[in-house]
Amino acid sequence: MSSSGPGNVGIVIVSHSPKIAEGAADMVRQMVGDAVPLAWTGGDVDGGLGTNVAGILKAIETAWSPAGVAILVDLGGAETNSEMAVEMLPEGRRARVLVCNAPVVEGAVIAATESSGGSSLAAVKRSAEEFYA
Amino acid sequence: MHDANANRAAQTFVPLTASAVLVNPVGLHARPSVKLTQCAKGFAAKIEIALAVDGPWTDAKSPVKVMRVKAPQGATLYFRVAGPDGKAALAAVLALVHDGFGEA
Repeated sequence: MSSSGPGNVGIVIVSHSPKIAEGAADMVRQMVGDAVPLAWTGGDVDGGLGTNVAGILKAIETAWSPAGVAILVDLGGAETNSEMAVEMLPEGRRARVLVCNAPVVEGAVIAATESSGGSSLAAVKRSAEEFYA
Repeated sequence: MHDANANRAAQTFVPLTASAVLVNPVGLHARPSVKLTQCAKGFAAKIEIALAVDGPWTDAKSPVKVMRVKAPQGATLYFRVAGPDGKAALAAVLALVHDGFGEA
């Protein structure tokens, strides 16, 4: 579910479906490699489709990097729960976690590619969001 | 900041150009695009690609832009590189294309 590379922006994948989240993470690992901290989470607390704040917080912790963390989400609740999770972070970390407005799979691969080159959190987010530009 | 440095570097170096034919079966699709941008990001030089000798030129360090080029197998990929490490950068990206991005 995770692994790390110091210094590079971490990537968190949040989907209503754990299979989608895990699959997107697989794509990132295979296409981009291991130089980027990465974690995924999906499903509600009962194991159904949905997202949960605790799971997102845990994923942020797993993918944490001093350079920050970019979160890729799918629909509605994934975004609001991710924003809630960011609000619950210690104050020093809050500003270093950003939710990207990008498609979850493509955005995760692009964000990780950008991160693997040592780019800043802002550059990682900008690159992922180019998909909708 | 990095881009600004690359631009400054580009201004003081004569651009190097070269081309290579895409040999891997699906062309410059997702995975090769990621490999190309990762390779390009390893250099300070400004690195651009195009499907024609006179452009339009695309920033090789932008994964989204590189994927949008949609270069098919058999296409000739043109490179324009400018910067202090331009020579090494050009050699590295050409090697990647010649090698079929490791998947030919």
